[in-house]
Amino acid sequence: MWQELRTELHPLGLEIVTVGIDTVGVDACRPFIEAAAPSHPSLIDTHHVVAERFGVTNIPNGVWIDEEGMIVRPAETSPAPRRAARPAAGPGELPQHMMDIFAESAKFQTDPAAYAAALRDWLANGSSSRYALSPDQVVERSEPRNADAARGQAHFELAAHLEQVGDHASAVPHFREAHRLVPDNFSYKRQAWSLEASVDGPLSRFWQGPAEDDPDAWPYDSDWLSEVRGFGAENYYRPFVP
Amino acid sequence: MILDHLAISRAAFEAGTGWQIKPEGACRGEVCIPLRNQDANAPTVDVADLAAQMGLPLVHDEALGLWSLGPWSGNDRTLVSAEAPELELPDLDGNLFRLSSLRGQKVLLVAWAPY
Repeated sequence: MWQELRTELHPLGLEIVTVGIDTVGVDACRPFIEAAAPSHPSLIDTHHVVAERFGVTNIPNGVWIDEEGMIVRPAETSPAPRRAARPAAGPGELPQHMMDIFAESAKFQTDPAAYAAALRDWLANGSSSRYALSPDQVVERSEPRNADAARGQAHFELAAHLEQVGDHASAVPHFREAHRLVPDNFSYKRQAWSLEASVDGPLSRFWQGPAEDDPDAWPYDSDWLSEVRGFGAENYYRPFVP
Repeated sequence: MILDHLAISRAAFEAGTGWQIKPEGACRGEVCIPLRNQDANAPTVDVADLAAQMGLPLVHDEALGLWSLGPWSGNDRTLVSAEAPELELPDLDGNLFRLSSLRGQKVLLVAWAPY
């Protein structure tokens, strides 16, 4: 997804580092990374460390870091030049639930061309680019984190750890507590929802909601479709602010 | 950071939280939180005491015997400073990569997820 932009911008002084965030880890990320065949570092983050350290609350999110290691734009929506391939299925083969999710996703509003143009401006103009923020602006614009959000992060990390060691049943209450404490963090929700096997097969992680034949088994208070319909798919990604 | 006991080495605390224990306190970038009763020569630090003094949440799952130490929120932001935190993560083959190894280049760090 990012390889084309990397090929274009690496000669201009940019390196791209992609981080796949997933408690399931390498096995889940592998097919996507192998398909993209990146020449840039492509890392796996089973404990959502990048989210905790850099304030990522949804994906895709990008952070700009200058030559001295200073952040000049904190985590924000970073639309890829091309969308990721969805699980393969021909027309008529997908359950209605997945068609509904794709219909909502199609309403997401991003502007990959504007984002790439801003990146090019920064590469050309460095700290005098209008897109390069001062250190104070960077901290101020980074994701808010109050005491509840910090505690929610601790619960989320514990849940991710328990998933890692195979104790799904113990993880669920900590995911739930993270969701309660930090309701705006969509990443916490998508990760937890992706681990419920509501359907078998390749759609399992994208289902993100209750099983149609056993809705009461769903351990969470919301799900992807209800949530996105609630806040409006057009608000899924925040607009890019220069 | 996940813990199964609360007396850990200073280095483990620093690597796990990104906060350095210095004479002036717990520091990250230009921000330092003053600490009381810190013995610079002690082999271990008391995580519960540091968490209380720094205002870090410490979640305890008693049944599992595990603690989870959450991040600082004293400035109401996820970033403590604009200095990029260190990030050390493996690639598909398990080779560890450090973000700081890219000093001297501009970097776009992109988070994504396979679900």
